[in-house]
Amino acid sequence: MADHITLQLARYRPEAEAEPTFQEYEVPCRKDWVVLDGLNYVKDQLDGTISYRWSCRMGICGSCGMTVNGEPKLTCATFLADYAPGPVRVEPLRNFPVIRDLVVELGDFMRKLTMVKPWIVRQVEQPLSEGEYRQTPAEMDQYHQFSMCINCMLCYAACPVYGLDPHFIGPAAIALAQRYNLDSRDQGEAERLGVLAQHEGIWGCTFVGDCTKVCPKNVDPAGAIQRYKLKAATEWLKSFFLPRGAG
Amino acid sequence: MSQPPPYRSFHPRWHRPRMSTWWWLKRGSHVAFILRELSSIFVAWFVVFLLLLVAAVSRGEAAYWEFLIWAGRPGVLTVNIVSLLFTVFHTITFFNVTPQALAVRLGGKRVPGPLVTASHYAAWVVLSALVAWLVLGG
Amino acid sequence: MARRPIEPLLWLLFSAGGMASAMLVPVLLVLFGFAFPLGWTAPPQHAHLVAVLGHPVVRVGLFGLCTLSLFHWAHRFRYTLYDGLQIKHLNELINPLCYGGAIVGSLAAAYVMLRIP
Repeated sequence: MADHITLQLARYRPEAEAEPTFQEYEVPCRKDWVVLDGLNYVKDQLDGTISYRWSCRMGICGSCGMTVNGEPKLTCATFLADYAPGPVRVEPLRNFPVIRDLVVELGDFMRKLTMVKPWIVRQVEQPLSEGEYRQTPAEMDQYHQFSMCINCMLCYAACPVYGLDPHFIGPAAIALAQRYNLDSRDQGEAERLGVLAQHEGIWGCTFVGDCTKVCPKNVDPAGAIQRYKLKAATEWLKSFFLPRGAG
Repeated sequence: MSQPPPYRSFHPRWHRPRMSTWWWLKRGSHVAFILRELSSIFVAWFVVFLLLLVAAVSRGEAAYWEFLIWAGRPGVLTVNIVSLLFTVFHTITFFNVTPQALAVRLGGKRVPGPLVTASHYAAWVVLSALVAWLVLGG
Repeated sequence: MARRPIEPLLWLLFSAGGMASAMLVPVLLVLFGFAFPLGWTAPPQHAHLVAVLGHPVVRVGLFGLCTLSLFHWAHRFRYTLYDGLQIKHLNELINPLCYGGAIVGSLAAAYVMLRIP
């Protein structure tokens, strides 16, 4: 096995250039090295000017998402040896504006995430004296898969609809809305429906399914969206055929 | 304390790549996706074909046989071959994604996806057999 | 669902149409598109077909299949135009063409089914 591998890193320095370029670096290709190790080697030893995000280096913080050889990946979970003999092309995450080099602007996702109210919403608060909101394992199982989301945004990078229409709320936000809708402790489903069932909310999704394929945590956002469409549609039917209830 | 330096807000020019019209050609899974979406055109063609058939049957025996002869012409056959390929592709892709869209739970446990898909294929076979039996003179 | 309350209905029609067409179109296409015109098996007698088609359940069923399939096409094709050709800004033209086409087709299907002797 070769002991070095070439990394082709996307560079974009808005103060100096109008378009992104690529720059090549030779990094050691150790058996247990991931792309992030390569980036850190470049930063420490070869070129301190590259900019990129990372934090936990173990696949739980969601900071290090980038496009590696055309695929959205967590660079801390993508082994260099799998790309030998290389080169490995590292670009910023797709479908987001690029601020610099490999750093993208995530404000759009942050706004959308807030819109779907990803927290327990109660219509009636239980008094403190009654203790916690209890939940059986079966009730937790209903939403558990969707709670695994680490907000890494690989799904947004993979989603062609989000790339074409930035008004689309996007896979992770809808999956997180479902995580709370399906939580037995939550009473906010109707509030979220108002946001999600707008045209750009969920109906823009055409079930391409790439979001589920790239998710590093098996959240299955595509499944969450389709199930939510069914829920929204049945709610619509109910509101159409049944009189608006007195409660 | 001396004057603080004047602050100039610096907003870097973000790079926003535009998605090409041919985005779907760059990845095999996207080509398959677009083909799956285009299969709906052939579903619509089938509706036209079916209405032509039923109208012919309504007009009388001669019109019915003329329809069958017309359906056997090379042009129509070609369209129908392509339609069959696309409609079967639609069937397969639709059944494959149904378990993702419907989280079926029996007795608290989630029914495994392949089982849901298999039951759709089974229903397909049964319905097709029923239709064929009806049409052929059962 | 304040802004576009019709979307949930259109999606339901799309899904139902997808299931109906997935189940029924292949067999009918094989029979009437190939088996009978090419003589793989003897085509049913005209009288028999009239009897089958004349049954109200069959007429309603076929009408349902046609209508749902057309709305399945309309919804899917509309989004294919949005995403494939990136002409979403023409939605005021695309939506009437697609759903209008489906409505016209459904009316035609109703007419054809009613005219069965």
